Amino acid sequence: MKLRLALLGLCLAAAAGAAGAGGTPKPMLEPARGGQCVAPPEVMRRDHPEMLKHQRDETVRGGVRGAASGAPAASLAQCVECHASKASGSVAARREDFCASCHAYAGVRLDCFECHTSKAKGAAR
Amino acid sequence: MSTGQQVNNGVGPVSFARRKVVGALAALGGVAIAPGLVLYEFAQAAPDAGKSTGASSKVRWGMLIDTTLCTPGCTACVDACRTENGLGPVTRATDVQWIRKVELKDRKTGAVQSAPVMCQHCAEPPCVDVCPTGASFKRADGIVLVDRHTCIGCRYCVMACPYMARSFVHEPITEQKTEVPRGKGCVESCTLCVQRVDRGSTPACVEACTAIDKGAMVFGDLNDPQSDIARRIRARASVQIRADLRLDTGVRYQGL
Repeated sequence: MKLRLALLGLCLAAAAGAAGAGGTPKPMLEPARGGQCVAPPEVMRRDHPEMLKHQRDETVRGGVRGAASGAPAASLAQCVECHASKASGSVAARREDFCASCHAYAGVRLDCFECHTSKAKGAAR
Repeated sequence: MSTGQQVNNGVGPVSFARRKVVGALAALGGVAIAPGLVLYEFAQAAPDAGKSTGASSKVRWGMLIDTTLCTPGCTACVDACRTENGLGPVTRATDVQWIRKVELKDRKTGAVQSAPVMCQHCAEPPCVDVCPTGASFKRADGIVLVDRHTCIGCRYCVMACPYMARSFVHEPITEQKTEVPRGKGCVESCTLCVQRVDRGSTPACVEACTAIDKGAMVFGDLNDPQSDIARRIRARASVQIRADLRLDTGVRYQGL
């Protein structure tokens, strides 16, 4: 019984320790350049995959470059252009970079940049 | 179990889909109320500078290669292609190749002809026929492309193409060009420099050939009778390679 209690205590202490350390570090988002985004932050946070997917089909299949009729252009290149980190010139080169930090926090695999460049055009290569 | 939580979960993920449905309904309403007006507005929409409103089926992009002006040993077009599309230098036999120089020698006379060969941008592309995922496709303006988002790298198209125009990316790639995303595990081929064509420019190979005053390559709209390419193919006979396959290629050759 004593042993069991000791084990329970140990488990609780470990859990408390983990909670005390704050768990997964919150994403650190560097302020973007380039002024207004195509949608408010709360919309972008939730809908950016859908927006990018929609735009990608328009562009690859239909040859629509820039904005489709009326709708704002959700261009991945433009995301990178505004959100690339000043230090690395990229959105996904380091854990602290814009896309990488949030995707790491949310535990969502980020595979855009296996094919697309994560570096801003202006950034030194 | 809290109701607030449930409502949040219900609203969040569908918001984008719902917006699309609402948009579609609005568009449908517009068509129903004033179909003529809506069509007129679409027709009047002027393309912004530097932007493309999309590939049009009125256009058929094509290329004309004059082998009499092409010099054996010259690789200006091949080099320009690799630079424009960020293909990097060739280090292995398995490295990708979007355009290659082919030399033909007449065994009886010894005469040598040289010509670049790339994706022929068929009107009836066999690569599109065999693709199991629909990744290989032909754009409305006749450019045959691979949608890398859907390509599973099965390489059926590589086998189906009679021009050996397609390559497979075997190794991870870094340092891609912003306008030319490429990655390991996908098939790729000449895109007629679609990123340049969409902003009203010509493919890099044609530009390079013209820049060194060879002028062996001409790019243009085959459907426009006033275009340079249409006038040239009208004035002098040209051939499509493997015309017997009846693929109706967009790339034509003179002097073969």
